[in-house]
Amino acid sequence: MARIVVDVMPKPEILDPQGKAIANELPRIGLDGFSEVRQGRRFELTVDGEATDEVLAQAREAAEKLLSNPVIEDVVNVSVLDQEN
Amino acid sequence: MAQNLTAEQTPLIADLSQPAPIAALQDVRVGVVTFPGTLDDRDAMRAVEIAGGTAVPLWYADENLQNVDAVILPGGFSYGDYLRAGAIARFAPLMDKIIDAANSDAALPVLGICNGFQVLTESHLLPGSMIKNEQLKFICRDQGLRIENAETAWTARYEQGQTIVVPLKNQDGQYVADQRTLDELGAENRVAFRYVGGNPNGSRNDIAGITNARGNVVGLMPHPEHAVEPGFGADFSGAGDVDMRHGTDGLDIFVSLLERLTR
Repeated sequence: MARIVVDVMPKPEILDPQGKAIANELPRIGLDGFSEVRQGRRFELTVDGEATDEVLAQAREAAEKLLSNPVIEDVVNVSVLDQEN
Repeated sequence: MAQNLTAEQTPLIADLSQPAPIAALQDVRVGVVTFPGTLDDRDAMRAVEIAGGTAVPLWYADENLQNVDAVILPGGFSYGDYLRAGAIARFAPLMDKIIDAANSDAALPVLGICNGFQVLTESHLLPGSMIKNEQLKFICRDQGLRIENAETAWTARYEQGQTIVVPLKNQDGQYVADQRTLDELGAENRVAFRYVGGNPNGSRNDIAGITNARGNVVGLMPHPEHAVEPGFGADFSGAGDVDMRHGTDGLDIFVSLLERLTR
């Protein structure tokens, strides 16, 4: 069994209202060391066998086609998280 | 000729048993798609009937468009807005047929309202996308809109520059697109509706709705189908003062389509 992780982030030029709300909240709980927060998503795709090149290619296709919207988001990472033999 | 209405369809105020104002409009069959989580399909169907057309319920899992002359993707929360609003609905079996028909030479007219607009952008039938409202709040209010393009299949009955008022209600209503797309929309007169009286959600260039180049596919965030019937409409109208809930500025969206298809 293996897990593939896909990370999706809002494009840099897209205002991220959720990240902004988090950034505003942090100083209120005493954590004032951050100038900006951007919020993305992480997906974990589990496969029964090994994370072959073919499966990774499918994960990349899933990332581009369904998991992200290229108009507002970038896929910033598709990689094997862990593999058990 | 009286229509056969089921008990559920029996009107509360509008008398749908009377013949349509123009008999030919009744021959226009407008499909309204229901996805899991759609909310406003009944209102959209009712708006079509009040405008004088025939509403045809369509089910997202079917692959048959039932020979409809136009399609409305109504508002709601298809698939609970999981992943992104409209992202999963876009892959429903019926959507493939709608996308093909909208892009075909026949140019099937398609209107996406709110969540339906989000489905249209996820389907790449319209450019750009929607993100959360700037202030992260769900907005529900009567909203002024300026008709920027009165030549689409869905706006032809309005005057260019006319102001209308219809309800707005959404969480992910902030229209975004890259600068090139925004420039293109402007240059090609493809902004169909713009917010007036304040931008409610931070949408780029006050954009409330857009059209494709051919004018058959239109999407907008506010809800014209909720302002079609005196007593159940908006509290305001672009034409002047109206009694409470008597604003019916949204009706001409549906009449525009029916007239276009019977011309």
